[in-house]
Formats: sequence, structure tokens, C-alpha cells
Amino acid sequence: MTEQKALNLTVTGAKSAPAPAGAPKMKTDGLSIYYGAFRAVAEVSMPVPDRKITAIIGPSGCGKSTLIRSLNRMNDLVSGSHIDGKVTLDGEDLYGPGVDVVDVRRRIGMVFQRPNPFPKSIYDNVAFGPRLYGRVPKAELDDIVERSLSRAALWDEVKDKLKQSGMALSGGQQQRLCIARAIAVEPEVILMDEPCSALDPVATIKIEELMQELKKDYAIVIVTHNMQQAARVSDFTAMMMMRPDRAGEMIELSDTQMIFTKPKDKRTEDYVSGRFG
Amino acid sequence: MSTETASVTTSPRDRMRVRRVKTSVARERARRFVNAGMLGLTGLATLIALTPLVWIIVEVITRGAPALTLDFLTQTFKPTSLGGGGIWHSIVGTLILITIASAISIPIGILAAFYVVQHPNTTLGLAVRFGTDVLSGLPSIVVGLFVYTLLVAGRSYTAISGAVALAIMMAPIVLRTTEEMLKLVPRSMREASLGLGAPEWKTSFSIMLPAAITGVVTGLMLAIARVSGETAPLLFTAQGSNVLSTSLDHPIASLALTLYKYAVDPDKVRNSQAWAIALIILFIVFSLNIGARFIASRRAK
Amino acid sequence: MASTPSKGLRTARPRQTSSAIGRALQHGDIPYKVIVILASLSVLGLMIGVGVMLWIASGVTRDSGGLGFIAATDWNPVSGVFGALPFIAGTLSTSLIALVVAVPFGLGVAIFLAELCPARLRAPLGFMVELLAAIPSVVYGAWGIFVFIPSVVQPVGNFLMNTFGDSSRGFFIPLFEGPFFGASFLAAGLILAVMILPTITAISRDVLLAVPRAQREGAYGIGSTQWETIWQVVLPYALSGILGAVILGLGRALGETMAVTMVIGNVSQLSTSLLSPGYTMASVIANEWGESRTPAYSSALIEIGLLLFVMSLFLNLLARLLVWSVSRRNPDQRA
Repeated sequence: MTEQKALNLTVTGAKSAPAPAGAPKMKTDGLSIYYGAFRAVAEVSMPVPDRKITAIIGPSGCGKSTLIRSLNRMNDLVSGSHIDGKVTLDGEDLYGPGVDVVDVRRRIGMVFQRPNPFPKSIYDNVAFGPRLYGRVPKAELDDIVERSLSRAALWDEVKDKLKQSGMALSGGQQQRLCIARAIAVEPEVILMDEPCSALDPVATIKIEELMQELKKDYAIVIVTHNMQQAARVSDFTAMMMMRPDRAGEMIELSDTQMIFTKPKDKRTEDYVSGRFG
Repeated sequence: MSTETASVTTSPRDRMRVRRVKTSVARERARRFVNAGMLGLTGLATLIALTPLVWIIVEVITRGAPALTLDFLTQTFKPTSLGGGGIWHSIVGTLILITIASAISIPIGILAAFYVVQHPNTTLGLAVRFGTDVLSGLPSIVVGLFVYTLLVAGRSYTAISGAVALAIMMAPIVLRTTEEMLKLVPRSMREASLGLGAPEWKTSFSIMLPAAITGVVTGLMLAIARVSGETAPLLFTAQGSNVLSTSLDHPIASLALTLYKYAVDPDKVRNSQAWAIALIILFIVFSLNIGARFIASRRAK
Repeated sequence: MASTPSKGLRTARPRQTSSAIGRALQHGDIPYKVIVILASLSVLGLMIGVGVMLWIASGVTRDSGGLGFIAATDWNPVSGVFGALPFIAGTLSTSLIALVVAVPFGLGVAIFLAELCPARLRAPLGFMVELLAAIPSVVYGAWGIFVFIPSVVQPVGNFLMNTFGDSSRGFFIPLFEGPFFGASFLAAGLILAVMILPTITAISRDVLLAVPRAQREGAYGIGSTQWETIWQVVLPYALSGILGAVILGLGRALGETMAVTMVIGNVSQLSTSLLSPGYTMASVIANEWGESRTPAYSSALIEIGLLLFVMSLFLNLLARLLVWSVSRRNPDQRA
């Protein structure tokens, strides 16, 4: 963290150069998040490795969602919110001066708790992002839509009804549509804020399988209140807790295996065993 | 899968990769520029939209204040050759019209609001809500014509018909705001009263109404504000007059009618008197609106 | 809804009348109920009564002319010829001018208030827009005659006339043909724009604020700018509600009387030029009422009022349906 580069626009198709082996894709350093005077998250330092799934677990109200929403500056939308510390992507400070928040969110995609397709056709939902970058030739756009939907394991189910409204799909399909919409702009990181909490078990399994596919290309962060899910899908798990002053802190972060079998922190053990055993 | 268009893809997994749409620095600059530009335009639109408000207030004050003398307020009509006189007859007329209109519309509005709140999903309840919407959307001139056909045609223009026309415009406003406030009164309060054996009407008037009184008052203030500048419906009913009259079955003057007559008069003296009346009306309307808002915001705290 | 004191309990209360009706009467609930229902019915009765009374009172005209009244272009009360087309055309053209000006501005203000404005400024600015709606029509009219026409309408009208209104020049548009003296469709339309802007703004703002946050986040989450989010996601989502707001604004423009009467010039003629003086339906009623000495004349004016009533009833229904549809939207209906 010696030098601070300005986040430059990624102009062409190439993905930014892979980070050197061992260096995480993203990183937070002493990150505190405030809503006005209230500190919601306190001094979290967390690496997000590339091509791995990092799960954030903890009791409700401990700041999991606040934390994940700060990673792509979604919290900027809440007036009065601000941060201390640093969030970096490939070493670039996302909150640094001159950083374009629109570009941050393009590079770090997000899938939300409840599926939120736009009331447009399936095709237009996926094409929404690419179209922001200019007039895309029809053939190329068709290709992007097909690839994104395939990538989101939805293509076979919707290929004959691309003109239908995205809101006419089932909940699980809607969530996969939202994932397709997110990857259509080719982000580098995908954030998932309790992506399955509104879905039934069958749809949940589908999304989890999909995450295993997606992690071959993306760094993924998932917030979940479901510990089985964290254990099933993630490579690393971070445990958050609410401190007496109601700020959330990260009390443990390690291999998912370790967290669920040999947690170092007593509170993690209580939480994991109480809900998991 | 349409791999034909993909140029450099090789492995099966790579074929699945979504290629980023090419963008350019120019395109990205354009997006930010459009963003800033359009957002700026909405701010500009707000500024321009509020200009008439300030402009009207300034004009009404600067043009109206000079003519606003004590004589102007206390004298009745005189020809301009004798100084033009004042608007005492119009002030009295407006007061009488609004008082009677309030006396008609307040009970109707409050009672109907009780019905709507206590029977929200009955046919009559829904119909009354719908009727309220329709009435509040009626052009005021249509209300005037209606009252004309009802009370004036074949007889003569009267103060009471003018008051009825204004009451028809006030009733929906009183009803709506009272209804909103009654809905906020906790159910338990009403049930507690009924549970003690208090009759329905007593519960309504001694428990519900006091709890909702600020809403009723703000509704009444807004309703008066709405009709105190109303002119069109009075053309067919109260008609206006140059003499001081307190009789309900004769034509009567009103500030708004006099303002209209003086504003379209070729005489400059009348024009400046019109501005003075506009100042009075605007003062009344704005005070009532601001007062209603003040009461409402104090209740919210 | 009558209260039901329990019979079984023995209390120290005075003895109650035996029959339920007697009891209710004694407590005053029956009279209360009757009065409340009467009040409710009077609201309904008014709505129906307006239509019925105007229908009856315009009988003379309907019997003599029928629907031809609407299409006839001649209005000559002295010889008993009544055609309403010039007024209908005047109402439509002034309302159209008002919409063309007020919709973009009103929407811009609504977007500013709902999406951009700092929370602290939202309430005061919204209140100022409300005050704009509270100014009485007759005050707008006076301001129109003495201030707005000379300082805004005259220069704009002259410019339009000199640029587009000369039939001997290249780009001649009949809409802007002279002569132009100030009082005109243009003046009425522009005043109406100011008057209906608060309606459009207030309802659009509420509709925009009702668009779910998830929709905005979905757009921001894939790198949309704020404007792209508003224009491509929020506005389409709120479209039917905004349409409702526009229609309510149109309803207000159609029926607006005093301000229009004072600035439109009051001439019954069918003209293609927006710069010429004219009449609207409401303004002809207001302006000629005092002169209508014959039953046929009054009846013709009342029939115009009946038309106005039907139009505003229809627009109000349509608008409320649209605004209502945003708040309880069925996802499957959206294309």
C-alpha cells in the first residue's frame, strides 16, 4: 500500500492483468463504515482472493450487508454514509480521489438479496449493461446475451422466449437472470448479498452450482445467513459479530474448513456449532 | 451457441466467457457528460419553474402595496372620478360567502369522512371516495354552472347560491384530510370507548374527532385557501355587486370577483386597485397554506 | 356497528330499554347513522347531480342541433347560430401548448426533487411548488395581462411571427402567422403551463419516490450513471404513473377559466395561428354568460359546460387508474 494509483478506465476488451500470485484481487484495510455518526462496521481488514469464493457470515445486524455493499460503493447511495480506511481492487484505492464510481461498479458486479430484474424483456435485461457503452452491433449483442445467459445456466430455459418480460420468470430464474445481467458487462468481481434468501431449495442449489462455475473466472464474495450454504460453496469464510457499541467487526477469517471444524475464536465456535450442529 | 462471431476463443470454457463490449474513452467521457448535463438541466428546470412564484409575489407586492390604504379597505365602491372608493363591500361579501360555505361543507365533510373511515369497503364507502375524487377534479366553472341550474335559473343571483358553489368545492378537501387523520387514530382508542358502552356517535365526536382535530383544521384551512380566490363559480351565482350587502338572497360582492372586474377594466386606477386586491388574496391564501403546513409539521413531531 | 352492552352483566347502571332499536335510539346511534349516511349520499348526489342538471339545462340546444353542435364552426348568438368547434379547438390547442411546455419542466423538477435534491431541501422546494398551485387563477390572470404578456409572451410571439410567420419567406409555418397583439392562444397556453406544472410535478415526484430501491440498485450495480439509471430504469418503471400525472394536468388545463379568459383575447374564430386571439370552452362560458339573454344562448353555453364536465370526468378516471396501477402493479402485465 505504498503508492496510490488513480483508477484508470479499462478501455479495451482485455481483462486487467492478473494480480501477482498470492496477491488478493480485492482488499479492505482497516475499513470502517459510518451512517452519519453511527459506525456500522469497524476496522475490517479482509482479502478477497481471485477465483475463489469468500463467504461472510454472522448474526443478523452485524454489518455483513453494509460491508459487502461498500466493496462496490453501493453505500454511496445512502446519504450520510462514509468510510474510513481503504478498499482496493488490484491495488487501486476505490475510494481514492478522482475514482469514477460508475467504473467501480462496472468492474465489481452485484447480485442482490431479492431478484430485481427490470420490467423489460429477458433480452433487454441482459443487454442493458452492454448497451450503456455504446451502439453494439446486433450480432455482437446477440452473442453477449447468449453467452451471459449460458454462463448463468439460464439459456436453455429461456432461449425461446427472450422477448418475454423478465418479471414473468420464476424467482430462481429471475435471480439467474440478474446474474446474467451482472456478468454481461464482464466484471472482475461478483458480490452476492444473500442471493438465495428469497429462493426455494431447488433454486438455491442451482445458484450454488452456478457459483462453482463462475468462480473459475471471477472473484466472488457472498453474504449469507445460512451457514450450510457458506460451508458448501465457499473457499474462505469471514465471521462477523456485533460489538457492544453495535458496530460490526470481523472476528475471524480463514479457510472455510477451519472455520467450521477448528474455529480459533470462541464466539465463532458458539455461533457455528449452535446453528450448525 | 453462436461461436462463429467469436474470434480468438478456443477452449470450451473460454467459449463461455463473455467478452467485454468495447468502449472508448470518448464514449465514457460522453456518458459522464450526458449524466452531468441532464442532472444539471433538472436543477435548472426547478429554478425556472419556481421563477413565476417569486415573480408573482414580487409584482403583487410592489404594484399592490401603494394602493393598499386604510380608505381602500374601509370604503365601499365609488366611481374613479370620486377617488375610486374601496373594497369594504367585497371584504364583507367574501367573509359571508366563506362563512356560509364553511358552515355547509364542514359538517358534510366530517360526517362523510366518519362514514368512509368506518365503512371503507362497503359499496357506499367506495362510491363516496370515488365521488370525492371526481368532485375535487371538477373544473370550478362547471360547479358554478351546476349551482346556477339548481338555485339561480328562473330566480335571481344570490349570495347563498355563491356560498353553495364554494361549499361544493370545499367539501372534498375537508372530507379527504379529515379521513386521512381519522385513519391515523388508533383502533384501540375507538374500541376502548365502544367497549365502555359509549354509543357510536359519542365515540365519534368526543374521542375520534378530538384526536383528529389538527387534521380537520388543516383541511379546513386548505379548503378556505382554495376558495378564497375562486372566481369562476361565483360569476353564475353570487354575481358580484358594487354595494355593501349582507342579505343572502341578493347578489353579493367578493374580493376575487372585484379583482377580476378591476383587472380587465381599461381604467388605470381600477387596475392598481386590482393589484391591491391580489395582494390581499395572495396574503390570505399563502398564510393559510403556510399555517396548515406548520400545524401539520408540528403534529408530525 | 351499534354498541352492544352485554345483557348478562348486572351492573349499577340504569335499566336499559328492552328492544335493540329502542336502545340504539336512546343512545342516539340511529339518528347518527342516518345523518352520516345522508352526508355521504350528498357527496355522491352532487357528482351525479352535476351531470343530470347540466344535461337537463342544455336541452334546448341538444334538441335543436344534436351532436352537430360540436362540429359546427359558426358562433353567432344574435342570429341564434351556435357551433362549439372554435372553443373546443381553442381548449385543445391551449392545453396542448401547456403540456408541451409543462411536461418536460414538470418532469425535470420531479426528477430533481425525487432523485437529486438533498433531503433537507426536498420539503421546502416541494412546498414552494405547492404554493405555485395555491395561487388563485384570477391572480395568474392579472399577472398575465400586466406582466407576463408584455415581458415574455410579446417577445416570444414576435420572434416566432417574424421568423416563421411570414408567408413570403422560406420556412413559413401557419401556426405562427400574424398579426399578433399579445392576447392569444400562445399567452393562454403558456400561463396554463405554469398553472399545471405543480400538478404534474407533485404526482410525478410521488410516483418516482415509489419506484423500488432494488430497481435503482440493479442499474447502479452494473455501472449505470445516475442519469442512465433514472432515464432507462426509473422513468420506464414509473411511466404509467407519470402518464396519470400528465393527464391530471391536462384535466386542470381544460377546465381552467379565469386566467385563460383574461389573456386569450376572447374572439370566437377558428384560426390556424397560435398567435391569434380566441376562446376556450371555459372562457367563452365565463365571458359571454352575462350577455346570454335568450334561453337558446344560455343553453348553448351550458352544453359547452356539460362537454367540459364529461371530458374532465373521463380524464380524471383515466388518470387515477394509471396512478393507481403503479402502486399495485402486477409484474406479469409488464412487457
